[in-house]
Amino acid sequence: MKHLAFAAGLLSATAAYAETPELTVYTYDSFVSDWGPGPAVEKAFEDVCGCDLKLVGAGDGAALLARVKLEGARSDADIVLGLDTNLTAAAAETGLFAVHDVRADYALPVSWEDPLFVPYDWGYFAFVHNADADAPTDFKALGASDKRIVIQDPRSSTPGLGLLLWVKAAYGDEAPAIWEGLADNVVTVTKGWSEAYGLFLEGEADMVLSYTTSPAYHLIAEEDASKAAASFSEGHYMQVEVAGKLAASDQPELADQFLAFMVSDAFQSIIPTTNWMYPAVTPAAGLPDGFDTLVTPEKSLLLPASEAAAVRDVALGEWLGALSQ
Amino acid sequence: MARRAEPVSAASGICAAIAVAALILGTLCAVVWRAEAGSGLGPSDWAALRFTVFQASLSALFSVGLAIPVARALARRRFFGRRLLIGLLGAPFILPVIVAILGLLEVFGRAGWISTALGWIGVEPIRIYGLHGVVLAHVFFNLPLATRLILQGWQEIPAERFRLAAQLGADGRDMFRLLEVPMLRQVVPGVLAVVFAICLTSFAVALTLGGGPRATTIELAIYQAFRFDFDLGRAALLSGLQLVLTGLAAWVALRVSVGEGFGGGLDRLVRRWDGESPGARAVDAGWICAAAAFLLLPLMAIVVSGAPGLVDLPWAVVQAAMTSIGVAAASTLVLLLLALPMAVAVALGHGGAIEISGVLGLAASPLVIGTGLFVVIHPFADPSDFALIVTAVVNAVMALPFALRILVPQARSVVARYGKLTLSLDMGGWPFVRRVLLPRMRAQIGFAAGLAAALSMGDLGVIALFADHEMATLPLQIYRLMGAYRMEAAAGAALLLLGLSMGAFWVLDRGGRWHAEA
Repeated sequence: MKHLAFAAGLLSATAAYAETPELTVYTYDSFVSDWGPGPAVEKAFEDVCGCDLKLVGAGDGAALLARVKLEGARSDADIVLGLDTNLTAAAAETGLFAVHDVRADYALPVSWEDPLFVPYDWGYFAFVHNADADAPTDFKALGASDKRIVIQDPRSSTPGLGLLLWVKAAYGDEAPAIWEGLADNVVTVTKGWSEAYGLFLEGEADMVLSYTTSPAYHLIAEEDASKAAASFSEGHYMQVEVAGKLAASDQPELADQFLAFMVSDAFQSIIPTTNWMYPAVTPAAGLPDGFDTLVTPEKSLLLPASEAAAVRDVALGEWLGALSQ
Repeated sequence: MARRAEPVSAASGICAAIAVAALILGTLCAVVWRAEAGSGLGPSDWAALRFTVFQASLSALFSVGLAIPVARALARRRFFGRRLLIGLLGAPFILPVIVAILGLLEVFGRAGWISTALGWIGVEPIRIYGLHGVVLAHVFFNLPLATRLILQGWQEIPAERFRLAAQLGADGRDMFRLLEVPMLRQVVPGVLAVVFAICLTSFAVALTLGGGPRATTIELAIYQAFRFDFDLGRAALLSGLQLVLTGLAAWVALRVSVGEGFGGGLDRLVRRWDGESPGARAVDAGWICAAAAFLLLPLMAIVVSGAPGLVDLPWAVVQAAMTSIGVAAASTLVLLLLALPMAVAVALGHGGAIEISGVLGLAASPLVIGTGLFVVIHPFADPSDFALIVTAVVNAVMALPFALRILVPQARSVVARYGKLTLSLDMGGWPFVRRVLLPRMRAQIGFAAGLAAALSMGDLGVIALFADHEMATLPLQIYRLMGAYRMEAAAGAALLLLGLSMGAFWVLDRGGRWHAEA
């Protein structure tokens, strides 16, 4: 139907159509899907901007960065939404992103100072398991237990990379030993989050790498309290999802307006029950019921963007070494 | 220059082959052109290469090795539901990887049917992860294709040959030696090469069921080069390596396959006098039942888990399904426009290079083709405007190797049998195509078109690189549903996809055989 509406618009009011400025936002696939935040965000922003917001899905966070790199300065995108702090150093290095001037009262467990990127949501990586089973409380106990886990490959997925940095942030040089302990617990490694979560739901594993907020989906959307996230005493690695404005944008004011809108109540109140993450700024109405039941880690781990980039290759080598035995 | 007398010109086929090669090699060059100086191949890439070749060889050997007795049994038997069974057997091949894996795990997994049954008698659950898991999944995917291709070889032996053999008193073993072995020597190398090439580019299957990073294939290394390191040069190098390997396999297959076909027959129904004994019946029944159980149980699992989600499928899924149908139709059309002229050109003796160009589609990494097209289109237009066209064309090129395997033998035999006759009647060119070639190849065209439509329906491929949120194909929508935790709706959508793919295959394949087979 959208194609039809588009054709009708072209025929009847080409001039009027051309006057509506268009803001193009590149993001990951699940953001733009009908079940993600995309449709609601599009409507809410178009209500205030007098513009046409075009959301373009491009795989996941890593694919998003690859696409922007591929397009370079000629990119049609004005905003890139969906990178995380493990990718921002590489993104900043491209020189494609412009400085922003957004200020907000962030609800992040870490202080946020980044000249190029504005956070819009965040979450903790965690191992999700069936609520009726007991769960280990740290990586060493997990390694010593007979729990079967499914993880994602860091080379092809963002959560996989997050786990790599989680172990590295918690254990530093001890990381290879932790991975050796975990090696016999890893049932398998998947290409992406969907495959891993699917295997877990099929009963192939006791635990799957996901987020502390995953049980909220089951609880709120399915009224199913059977899933829980294990709380680890060494702390949980965070994923902070960010957006940035491209320097080559032909709609710089509109892009700024979008970044400011992104940390506003209208946008932030959409996030919890569509993206199933914590909003970067707590909405006026608070978090939805059910979020209070989630595990709250005592310690938040997050490598600074520059350090994450430096640690990445070493950590991958250690991971490959331990799991290829 | 004197031209050899030919009923039709090979020119359009040669053009099609050049276009296909240009698409695959051109996109590779585009990626290389866009690349900065890369790091070259490291030791882990060579390890990936070794693992890839090893698992692909094993998978090809098992798939084809098992397909031979199954195809033989199916060729010898006529029973109620045979055609339906053959149609159903084609299903695994066209499923999106994640759907097929979840279906397999419901049967072979830790909490699967077999392990549960074993639990009742106190046996440990089976472990599916590891090299054997990879091979199991690849056999699941490729046994049906191999069976169909080999079965076709059996059906191309004229019934008169079997009649003659029976009249001369040949027993089963003699018939096998005189008729079936020469046919197999002609058909099997090509099928082996096709299956080898399919398994070469496998990545999600190999990783998920391989159990970990040891199961790294070249395609995953390409992914890593692209996504993790953004090293386009290395991605292109690895993709080139993959192309060379497939080219080699195709070349070996062409050199090894020998024999010239079986001459003309009157297209009578094949009757096998050697297969009437109870022993032969039991053996055939055993193979057919085993193959059916192996292939149909996981499909049944998909149906069982998808049925609840089918009730209230989101509208977006229905829209995506319609998009997928459109893409599949376009892709099938493009495929036939490429494959038929190429098959005729091969039949006219312009083999080698054309066949290899056709096989390249198997080896090309969708990620590299997609990226290359992106690089080519982006300076001039918005790539997402071309998402559906690109998907249709790339899907057609990916289906081309299968289509050629299906079309070439029959095109050869038609040209060999009727070429001289039609020339003596001065019936060349279009009238030959319309009156002789197309009617005689109807069954093969239907099969090839059905396969292409079904493959295109299930392909995730390049659309993921190009699509914006207003158009998504069904496989992409399944991933999006899973990404939003909607596993039940995703299972429902997967079942819809299974139904659509099989439906497309059945309609086209059946359409090709209408009134053609008793």
